[in-house]
Amino acid sequence: MRTAFIQALNELADNDDRVCLIVGDLGYSVIEDFANRHPDQFVNAGVSEQNMIGLAAGMALSGKIVFTYSIGNFGTLRCLEQIRNDVCYHRANVKVVAVGGGLAYGNLGVTHHASEDVAIMRALPNMTVVAPGDPVEARLATRAVVAHDGPCYLRLGKAGEPVVHTKEPEFELGRAVTVRDGSDVALIASGGMLATSDKVARSLAGQGLGVRLLSMHTVKPIDREAIARAATETRYVFTLEEHSVDGGLGGAVAEIMAELEPGHAPLKRIGLRPEFNKTVGDQNYLKALHGLDEETVLKTIQQIITRSYGRVG
Amino acid sequence: MSGNGQASDDDLRALARRLRSHSLRMISQAKTSHIGSCLSVADILAVMYGRILRVDPKRPDWPDRDRLIMSKGHAAAITYAAVAEAGFMKEERLGEYARNGGQLYGHVTHVGVPGIEFSSGSLGHGLPVGAGMALTAKRAGKGWRVFVVMSDGECDEGSNWEAILFSGHHQLDNLTIVIDYNKIQSLDFVDKTLRLEPLADKLRAFGWSVREVDGHSVGELGRALTSLPLESGKPNAIVAHTVKGKGVSWMEGKVLWHYRPPTPEELVTALAEVEAS
Repeated sequence: MRTAFIQALNELADNDDRVCLIVGDLGYSVIEDFANRHPDQFVNAGVSEQNMIGLAAGMALSGKIVFTYSIGNFGTLRCLEQIRNDVCYHRANVKVVAVGGGLAYGNLGVTHHASEDVAIMRALPNMTVVAPGDPVEARLATRAVVAHDGPCYLRLGKAGEPVVHTKEPEFELGRAVTVRDGSDVALIASGGMLATSDKVARSLAGQGLGVRLLSMHTVKPIDREAIARAATETRYVFTLEEHSVDGGLGGAVAEIMAELEPGHAPLKRIGLRPEFNKTVGDQNYLKALHGLDEETVLKTIQQIITRSYGRVG
Repeated sequence: MSGNGQASDDDLRALARRLRSHSLRMISQAKTSHIGSCLSVADILAVMYGRILRVDPKRPDWPDRDRLIMSKGHAAAITYAAVAEAGFMKEERLGEYARNGGQLYGHVTHVGVPGIEFSSGSLGHGLPVGAGMALTAKRAGKGWRVFVVMSDGECDEGSNWEAILFSGHHQLDNLTIVIDYNKIQSLDFVDKTLRLEPLADKLRAFGWSVREVDGHSVGELGRALTSLPLESGKPNAIVAHTVKGKGVSWMEGKVLWHYRPPTPEELVTALAEVEAS
């Protein structure tokens, strides 16, 4: 996703000198090409995230479209008040980019686990929150946030995420992409869990179940209509995210569903337990501990459906 | 008149008196805090709006305007008074200060208030934003300048030192901070809370050019602020030595007046002192 993002950003910056990139002394082997091609559109703020966001706001209020780039929590939580006041309150055209969303930096430690960022960014007024599901969506999301005038949070994975979309989907901020359609269960995924969800959806479909898979790349503003349809046209809704089950995609979907008319499908949020990890592990290892590996997700969904509706399929 | 290079020192002193009177009335009527912080920065704002800033009240968004960020956002009353006196809005709007249904919040707010460049209130936000503006102007070869008015207590914030390091490194000589060094912060004297001295040396060590002035002398402030950049290739720091509560003898140098609003009776004597000065 990182590569797709930076390539798209490079192309955008080629054609629009308002597009700037500020990094917080991170991005080794990612940002060099941008820095060389666009020296007047690039700043390394050093290891100073509060200043990085303030600079970005000042540049944006002077007419620039400014991307900030850092690892998960550093570029979001460390400088949260700068994002709230300087960026969101002033509607400054700043795009906060975090790499390593979720457990991508698994064995580097809990400091590097971005597990609450979506919830926190989602709570900010004027903020658009985007967590693309694969490199194709990352490229499209990069273009979309440049076209959108206002604060955005772009949550990326790291490197090597599988491509889910074999052809470019129609991509609009705030509008879910229907990856496959069905009316038995709905899987709503964001970020890197899209690939896992896609595999799980195929397995469930292979067992005769009608599976709707939505890529909810924009967590805010969220696609209310798509959620309402999923909740009324299918029999069970599952959210899947590499983020705490509290306040992120699952929280957002729960908020919408809680206010629907009675008689809709129930919801199960699949994501990270809201606790700090205690065991060292890489991304896949830790995801499995949280039940986010393909096999466990499939089992979880099958058990819930069996319990609620009898046999699967 | 804003940015009027012709304003005499007497004009600026008269403007400072009006700013102090407005602040006293606004804060007394609204029963809010921070009169001491307003009174200490009055001469600084009078010089900025009366002589230095190249702004156009008819075009608040003029792209080539100088930017002034009031980072000590608690001195809101006097900031609104300054933009009103500069012609950005009608003076009667000052009655909206901290009043239900108005738009002039108790900390500096840009929404619905022409002439206010940036909202503040949480300290340590203005300078990084100003640095971003200054960097943008410099890279684009634009002549507009950025001024950030800061408090001394605000210098406790690490974000400011991040931006001070950055601005020195990037040689932002189109960026100027004016530190209203009134020696008193929220709970106590600066020296008893977190000592800033030697403040000028600290700033010089970060690559800034520093001028220390009497922050109540419009002549000294004016001379410093018309000599920018103080040194080519260095950001500018005007360390303005001021007195908290300046202009009302019984408010001067007292922590109490960081918080207490003057009563209606106190307002009368305070206004009389300011107008007689």
